[in-house]
Amino acid sequence: MITFDLKNNKVRNLNQSLHDSSSDNADFLVTNPNGKHSVAVAAMYATNITIDGHVGYYCAGMNQQAAVTVKGNAGSGLAENMMSGSVRVTGNASQYCAATAHGGMVVIEGDTAARCGISMKGVDIVVGGSVGHMSAFMAQSGRFVICGDAGDALGDSLYEARIYVGGEVKSLGADCIEKPMLAEHQAELKSLLKLAGMGAVDSSTFKRYGSQRKLYHFNIDHAGEY
Amino acid sequence: MCGIVGLFIKNPEMEADLGKHLSHMLAEMSDRGPDSAGAAIYHDPVKAGHAKVTVLADGEDYPWDTLSQELQQAFGGEAAIAVHRDHAVLKIPAQAGDVQNWLLQNHAELRINSAGETIEIFKGKGSPVDFIDNFKLAGFSGTHALGHTRMATESAITTEHSHPFSTGLDLCLVHNGSLSNHNRLRQELRKRGIRFQTDNDSEVAAGYLAWRLQEGDSLDQALENALDKLDGFYTFAIGSKDGFAVVVDPIGCKPAVMAETDDWAAMASEFRAIATLPGVDNARIWEPTPAKIYSWRRGEQ
Repeated sequence: MITFDLKNNKVRNLNQSLHDSSSDNADFLVTNPNGKHSVAVAAMYATNITIDGHVGYYCAGMNQQAAVTVKGNAGSGLAENMMSGSVRVTGNASQYCAATAHGGMVVIEGDTAARCGISMKGVDIVVGGSVGHMSAFMAQSGRFVICGDAGDALGDSLYEARIYVGGEVKSLGADCIEKPMLAEHQAELKSLLKLAGMGAVDSSTFKRYGSQRKLYHFNIDHAGEY
Repeated sequence: MCGIVGLFIKNPEMEADLGKHLSHMLAEMSDRGPDSAGAAIYHDPVKAGHAKVTVLADGEDYPWDTLSQELQQAFGGEAAIAVHRDHAVLKIPAQAGDVQNWLLQNHAELRINSAGETIEIFKGKGSPVDFIDNFKLAGFSGTHALGHTRMATESAITTEHSHPFSTGLDLCLVHNGSLSNHNRLRQELRKRGIRFQTDNDSEVAAGYLAWRLQEGDSLDQALENALDKLDGFYTFAIGSKDGFAVVVDPIGCKPAVMAETDDWAAMASEFRAIATLPGVDNARIWEPTPAKIYSWRRGEQ
């Protein structure tokens, strides 16, 4: 176990260690993050990184392979453009969590603010609570599970991501529609919840949302509007 | 970008440390606003029938002694003046409006930062950390305070353009964001008698609230109306004589974190500004929902 106390050590030193191949398979404990930005960014190896407290912006951005756990809340831009590995936040996450993330899994045990999963490109996101407005905006691929409620304009201009919501959806964005929940979707949802450590959640009442695919092509009937 | 902070003390025992906590919060937000900084502190209310007015001069060599004598002649021997570098806090046995009018007529070279019974507003161009030192902010006690670190995007970098802005008695506002309909709204408000000292967008928000309060709105009602009337991006923290409020615009682009314990309620642009407050480990911490008004009032908890 390698401990970084951010009270008297720099975030840059921590992140450098996470890029250093000699740290492969080591476990890291980060203490006193106190809302600092860019904690555990661009980790490149299969390490376990535990952050004991609240973090600021851009935590675990560009993560590859590492399993990052934040024991607290996360500020804006958590796990932005993550490639693989996993990120777990025991509290809440702020805006545009998991934006443009390509792979791996992001688990938020609490709520997220607006624009969660914006432009997600293959990541799996599981939120134990609710998400804010414009979540999954222009989401391209991946799976997005929301156990609580979703704010306004969920899945606006959605491509091919699949969204599962346990609670209420305040409103759907353009071209996002409810789709039938088939056995294969129920199985997928169950496996995502289990992977996220939320296997106890009753998935039977969840609804599935996806793209209507009406925005994919230019529609000649709308030509007059341009 | 800008950084804003606010601290509202609920436990009177903590009032002595208001300035110390505000200083930490403001210093932590320096990165978000290195151009200039300001603070509004609610403390030391004047006696009944007195007014407290904070004025800002062009420089530290302003002839404050002369002003003091003139004030005593105009308003009587109880007029007191406390100088803080290029600022002075005047305590005058008169109505705040009369003091403001007298200053406008006789000392148009002075800017009126604030007027009321308890509010004092200090602001300065340059590093927030220097500002905190220059005005010995850590030494202030008080009931609540707001602070701002500015990264100018919309109007000039001057002390006058620094926040907090106050256009009503004991009322002030700090803003992170930008307003797009401020010119038209400023014109409308001028017609209704609201005075503006700069071309800054945030001052218009403060002016709008001052007008709504004049019209009889409560602070919460004024903010509800502001949500409808103000166009742009904003996180506002607002102070009044006995209240503190926070609101984020409906789109919710600008950051804000709030925290509350039995002893205090706080807001900041980022959590790190709150991280050093006593008891924060057990505080309720949340991000404000867009277009929802959060407010506290002394005596109502």
